[in-house]
Amino acid sequence: MFEYIMYSFLFILTISLVIAIYRIFKRSSTTSDRVLLIDSISYIIIAMVAILSIIMDTEAYLDAILLIGILGFLSTIALARFIERGVVIERRRGD
Amino acid sequence: MNAGAVIEVIVILCMLVGTAATILSSIGVIRLPDVYTRAHATTKATTLGLLFILLGTFIYFLFTHEKVSVRLILGIIFVYLTAPVAGHMATRSAHRSRVALADISVCDDLQRDLDLEQQDQEPGKARV
Repeated sequence: MFEYIMYSFLFILTISLVIAIYRIFKRSSTTSDRVLLIDSISYIIIAMVAILSIIMDTEAYLDAILLIGILGFLSTIALARFIERGVVIERRRGD
Repeated sequence: MNAGAVIEVIVILCMLVGTAATILSSIGVIRLPDVYTRAHATTKATTLGLLFILLGTFIYFLFTHEKVSVRLILGIIFVYLTAPVAGHMATRSAHRSRVALADISVCDDLQRDLDLEQQDQEPGKARV
């Protein structure tokens, strides 16, 4: 019973992931839209990994949560800075 | 009803809140008109949902395996700290790269402040 409820949560999260991917490939979305959606996709994948680790009853997947979280955050920051100024790392500070 | 069943019910409730927040944010992504409102939907609701799901996982491993998972605590703190920052950066870059607001928007305070700042910095005019 518990396992089937977890599988149904996984299914609902998959629907949400498919909606986000559809919105990325939609013609009318801007680049900032896509950056935000990549961010939200990384969070949805973290949630799926957490539920999967409950289903399989193991703690081995919890490292992946930290890894995907850090990668998602850094990629979002880098893409946002690239859209804003055209550079990711500023070499010279000030004026 | 033994203790294991109680823990399972609590975990299912946490997961239910988290999953509902996530699917609602996806509906918001489809229905809302422009980038800023969609950012409102994705960053707030997905972060709430993810925190609830990670909390449920933490409770599950705490009471069934009797282990305090430090990695999950780290993950919760990290997501709680960084998700608003990432959303803010993405939305600010959208505004700086002049993505238009939706037609039904009524005010844009950030643009007004940026215009005021630009007026102050024009040459021949002393900065206050």
